[in-house]
Amino acid sequence: MTATHNFGTAPTRGTSTADTFKAALYVTTATVNAATTAYSATNEVSGTGYTAGGITVTNATAPSSTNSSATAGVGYWTPSANLVYSTVTLSTAFDTVLIYNSSQSNAAVSVHTFGAQTITAGTFTLTMPSNTTSSALLRLSTT
Amino acid sequence: MIITTTKGDMDHSLLEKKEGSIDNDIESTTWVEYYHEGELVHRSAHVTLKTSPFIDLVAASMA
Repeated sequence: MTATHNFGTAPTRGTSTADTFKAALYVTTATVNAATTAYSATNEVSGTGYTAGGITVTNATAPSSTNSSATAGVGYWTPSANLVYSTVTLSTAFDTVLIYNSSQSNAAVSVHTFGAQTITAGTFTLTMPSNTTSSALLRLSTT
Repeated sequence: MIITTTKGDMDHSLLEKKEGSIDNDIESTTWVEYYHEGELVHRSAHVTLKTSPFIDLVAASMA
């Protein structure tokens, strides 16, 4: 999980700093799915208080793995803080968040969907799950 | 309590409050709405993802 995407504080891809990840919201009519390879502003939400490209994901925790040698296991990572869009008005319903790597040509990392929401002069919060092998936001089987 | 609204900060006593929630296999979500004279002036939502049914990890990039 520290190849193209340098999660956390101890990356291995020839640099000493973690990458910057961002989280962008998309309206319900957007097509953001497994075929999405990079961030696009097409069908991204817009409104008061929201900046195109979304918010920066807090990335203070390095990915973990259950295997320390060449055995099968699970690599996992979760942002170290909730995703919070504060004091925004997003009148068009949205139901998708794209996490992408703004340090690596905006390459897509993951897509998460939820029930459609609108926000009016309020806050939209995506609470992160526990960073464990069974519930982390990103989980990869490793071999 | 002061509520941020489309009409500026307002005391909650002036507003009608509505709350709702949804809890399923994918998410646990709560929301709160405030109305002023029948007009929606504030809505916030809080989503907790339970699972990741649709994650694209761009396998080639993660290898």
